[in-house]
Amino acid sequence: MEKEITVTLNGEEKTLTVEPRLLLVHLIRENLNQTGTHIGCDTSNCGACTVLLDGKSVKSCTILAVQANGKKITTVEGLATAEGLHPLQEGFKENHALHCGFCTPGMMMRAVELLEKNPNPTEEEIRWGISGNLCRCTGYNNIVLAVQYAGAKMRGEKLPSTEPIFV
Amino acid sequence: MIPAAFDYSTPSTLNEALALLKQYGDEAKILAGGHSLIPMMKLRFASPQHLIDINNIPGLSYIKEDGGFLKIGALTREVMLEDSDLIHKKYPIFIDATKLIADPQVRNMGTIGGNIAHGDAANDHPAVMLALRAEVVITGESGARTVPIDEFFFGFYSTAVQPGEILTEIKIPIPGKGSGGAYHKLERKVGDYATAGVAVQVTMDKGSCTYIGIGLTNVNATPLRAARSEGVLKGNKITDALIEQAAQFAAEDCNPSADLRGDEEYKRAMVKVLVKRIIHKAIDRAK
Repeated sequence: MEKEITVTLNGEEKTLTVEPRLLLVHLIRENLNQTGTHIGCDTSNCGACTVLLDGKSVKSCTILAVQANGKKITTVEGLATAEGLHPLQEGFKENHALHCGFCTPGMMMRAVELLEKNPNPTEEEIRWGISGNLCRCTGYNNIVLAVQYAGAKMRGEKLPSTEPIFV
Repeated sequence: MIPAAFDYSTPSTLNEALALLKQYGDEAKILAGGHSLIPMMKLRFASPQHLIDINNIPGLSYIKEDGGFLKIGALTREVMLEDSDLIHKKYPIFIDATKLIADPQVRNMGTIGGNIAHGDAANDHPAVMLALRAEVVITGESGARTVPIDEFFFGFYSTAVQPGEILTEIKIPIPGKGSGGAYHKLERKVGDYATAGVAVQVTMDKGSCTYIGIGLTNVNATPLRAARSEGVLKGNKITDALIEQAAQFAAEDCNPSADLRGDEEYKRAMVKVLVKRIIHKAIDRAK
């Protein structure tokens, strides 16, 4: 009953044999050893397991690995390039947008698609846009600042002089 | 949580999928968006022995007006409704509903066909379909048949889709001039099921209501048409007193059950408030 699948994880093509019941998040973490994608609630509520599947943000705890056959998967490990951090990673760093860091990979992967569809989102659009991702530390304010920072950087604008809230 | 073991097929045509459904019978489930089915499998509430993944079948995903109907392919993702110019311009009731369904990641996967075929009174599209008097196209080995939405929901997780059949399209009669629709659900937080939800579609002619559809979410074992409320308004000049009466009837005629979202009395009160508000919003949009 096992199936052979081929996926492209962060640009690298991988062929594996998996059980159909294997979840995508387990494929990524356990078969492909990329542990930046987290398992939080395991019930598609918290968004910690968010990855990009062919460029769309999805919750990898609620998708079967076999459904990713032939598709491109991007995880947090695929954000930075040789030139440095992705604008979102820089934004999170500069704006103190994480405390424990557990939600951070999912938040950033969600924000990648959010900024791609809407390069200059309002605060309200950012809050709606990350409504499927839970953070229990920051109160979200600094995460919103981080996404605004990344948006400005990706638009090539002057970076906002933000004042992150420290608690 | 890991589902029980199952076998998995990826048919590339509808006929192939139907043949697999016939072959595996009761042991098979259709996998569309999977965001109701996979959680149930992880919790072992469902343990199908075979999954038939229809995501690779072309031609099941579209939003178009054709022959007097708005036609939506069953595999159309919620995000496609949310992003559709046609839906924004002419059918804002769907924007109201989709933006309250789960969250953006789930809407990237979840399909309108699955939302309806799941037969869950807590899902949001069924009430909208009741308000719009949609028709559901169900395809089996011997061809397609069309079922009016009022004959679609049989009971808890039970619909008119029979073994060996797949829900393939939703058809909505294009509303005439002077029409408007709106939906809202009261939810405790993003991603929650409705405490109560109300969909209203109206057609107005010089202050009189010539068409009215009212559907209720999660306040009955099945998605519920507020038939007595519709009767109060249809064919009449709309007044605040009539709207009050319609809202009162909806609160009386629903059958909510007490749960973490509230007790029965509270839910009936919320149905009354929402029916009033959403009738007003639908009439505003009909202008």
